Amino acid sequence: MMTATPTEGDDMERQQDYVLRTVEERGIRFVQLWFTDVLGAPKTFAITPAELENALVEGMTFDGSAIDGLSRVQESDVLALPDPKTFQILPLGGSGSDPTARVFCDITDLDGAPHKGDPRNVLRRNLDRAKERGYTFYAAPEVEWFYFADDDPSSTPKPLDQGGYFALTVADLPTDMRRQTVLTLEDMGVPVEYSQHEDAPSQHEIDLRHTDALTMADTVMTLRLMVKEIAMERGAYATFMPKPIAGVQGSGMHTHFSLFEGDVNAFHDPGDEHGLSKVAKGFIAGLLHHAPEITAVTNQWVNSYKRLVVGYEAPVHVAWARNNGSAVVNVPRSKRGRAESTRIEYRAPDPACNPYLTFAVVLAAGLAGIEEGYELPPETQANLHRMTPQDLEAQGIRALPGNLNDAIDVMERSDLVAEALGEHVFEWFIRNKRSEWSDYKTQVSQFELDRYLSAL
Amino acid sequence: MGPLLLFPDPPPPELAQALDLGGHAWKGVDGPGAAADEPDGGWSGAIVSADEQPEAAFALCRALRKRDVPLEPLLLLVTGAQLNELNLRDDLYDDFCLAPVRQPELVARLKHLFWRSGRGTRPELVEYGPLVLNLETYQAAISGRPLDLTYMEYELLKFLSSNPGKVFTRETLLSRVWGYDYYGGARTVDVHVRRLRAKLSEEHAPLIQTVRSVGYRFGEARWSV
Repeated sequence: MMTATPTEGDDMERQQDYVLRTVEERGIRFVQLWFTDVLGAPKTFAITPAELENALVEGMTFDGSAIDGLSRVQESDVLALPDPKTFQILPLGGSGSDPTARVFCDITDLDGAPHKGDPRNVLRRNLDRAKERGYTFYAAPEVEWFYFADDDPSSTPKPLDQGGYFALTVADLPTDMRRQTVLTLEDMGVPVEYSQHEDAPSQHEIDLRHTDALTMADTVMTLRLMVKEIAMERGAYATFMPKPIAGVQGSGMHTHFSLFEGDVNAFHDPGDEHGLSKVAKGFIAGLLHHAPEITAVTNQWVNSYKRLVVGYEAPVHVAWARNNGSAVVNVPRSKRGRAESTRIEYRAPDPACNPYLTFAVVLAAGLAGIEEGYELPPETQANLHRMTPQDLEAQGIRALPGNLNDAIDVMERSDLVAEALGEHVFEWFIRNKRSEWSDYKTQVSQFELDRYLSAL
Repeated sequence: MGPLLLFPDPPPPELAQALDLGGHAWKGVDGPGAAADEPDGGWSGAIVSADEQPEAAFALCRALRKRDVPLEPLLLLVTGAQLNELNLRDDLYDDFCLAPVRQPELVARLKHLFWRSGRGTRPELVEYGPLVLNLETYQAAISGRPLDLTYMEYELLKFLSSNPGKVFTRETLLSRVWGYDYYGGARTVDVHVRRLRAKLSEEHAPLIQTVRSVGYRFGEARWSV
């Protein structure tokens, strides 16, 4: 990335020129520099147009020690280097507010080397590996979330509607907010495939059309911000917490993945009974083989594991199937049999994951399966949720880790995840999650009080 | 638009022939003095051959570039043995071409140079129906409404709307608009077309037509039935 060819250099100059002229012509008052910490939280600081030219060329120095996973204290200063291709005027803000634009940044050390703690760089590195093998990696997530009246943690969250799956609700606030979100995303050039009311009360979903994984990870960050911001403008609260209410479905981020070789979908093979190529089978095998190891990344919170339980359409078992939502890897029937839409769906991730790291570990697992020639286990025909533990064991079907602690244990022993994330992020992530688990472990929950206080 | 300045006078015959065949008006000069004597409409550019009189040629280049309004584009013709002479002289020319010239190369380089310097075939505005692109300011508007485009969306729209009615394959668009290998591969084109359509809004989205199993076309087909 650092050794740009002259062509790329010229192109970079034109891109920077484009950004500077647009800021000038459109009267932009603030440019928000966006980046992401290791846990997937959006971070930003705003600069004025006067600082922009310098920022584009040299980057903006800031103290990274305050950002989760970014820096050690003794080397705290880092650079935010805007990626001019991601420059976008923000459609939000009422008539009175200053016109604002955003641009995603890569984080570098002061000497310009990609920062090891920057999730965008982690994903780039893994995409480069795929590219060396001739592959482009595409992702299309289905993002779910809940609207609540507020974010007061002292009481059970209050849903704003009682609609169910695909419910046609009339002019209610959540549907209106979702509609506004879709329009805003389209204004920002994010094509939305579907949006719908999900199964649980006040739960909504937006499905994004596939794009290259780096752009998609940026897009997931944009989507989460827009959903929350629009809810806040309407005096409501939107959350991507994986399981905010016990007894109803949690929020997932099922994501469709495919590899292309140039214009050709590398997952498709017209000669195969189910249209799946050797590459696709290797990818699935890799994903299944490493699924438990990557779960701490795709499901990174204590609460994530309250979603991964039997009975709520969330995956629990490491198996694959076609058109079967109970398996962690699902192969959807391609639309109208179109070769180019052949893809696999990974159903474990939740919308509170870090999309950069999630796409990175999924890709690493899939590539390992292709390169090492892992054998694809037989397809699961039955509903896994109804199988007995004996049946599962007889078929050699493992379960995903049952809680964050187990997930971290498996991840810690994974060379694949260590390599995909890089030692810096790997090590920081494990320490951070160990600490989260130990905080959680020492709590006494409402469940325990209700169950034990009077009985014991 | 005035003629091209050629050095030396007379210019190498193969150069003159190539320009005549390419439909470019030109006038030979023998040094900075003659170059200062501008024809009607001014010089539209210069082609300086350093083959026979390298020192005079570079002196002329310098004179043309150090004017209040530097003359551009300036195409320099050098022999393979003279490539070293280009060191530290990057500011004196916009592009160079190896002598003896091959006509197709010369014509292609001139066309590109004119395009880059904003003269000749490149207009300031691209207009098609309700769509207007201002190439100077990089701004696009549809029915007077400014479009908030990313850089690549703008470049793609510019390319398509500058060539209305023509069908382009994804590979062509990728190589002409993106120009170098990008993460997205050829599918990138589809993704950007979808984004552009979303931003153009439903009403104007059909400006970009999908041509089944070929690629994309901007505006109406040239051979509408």
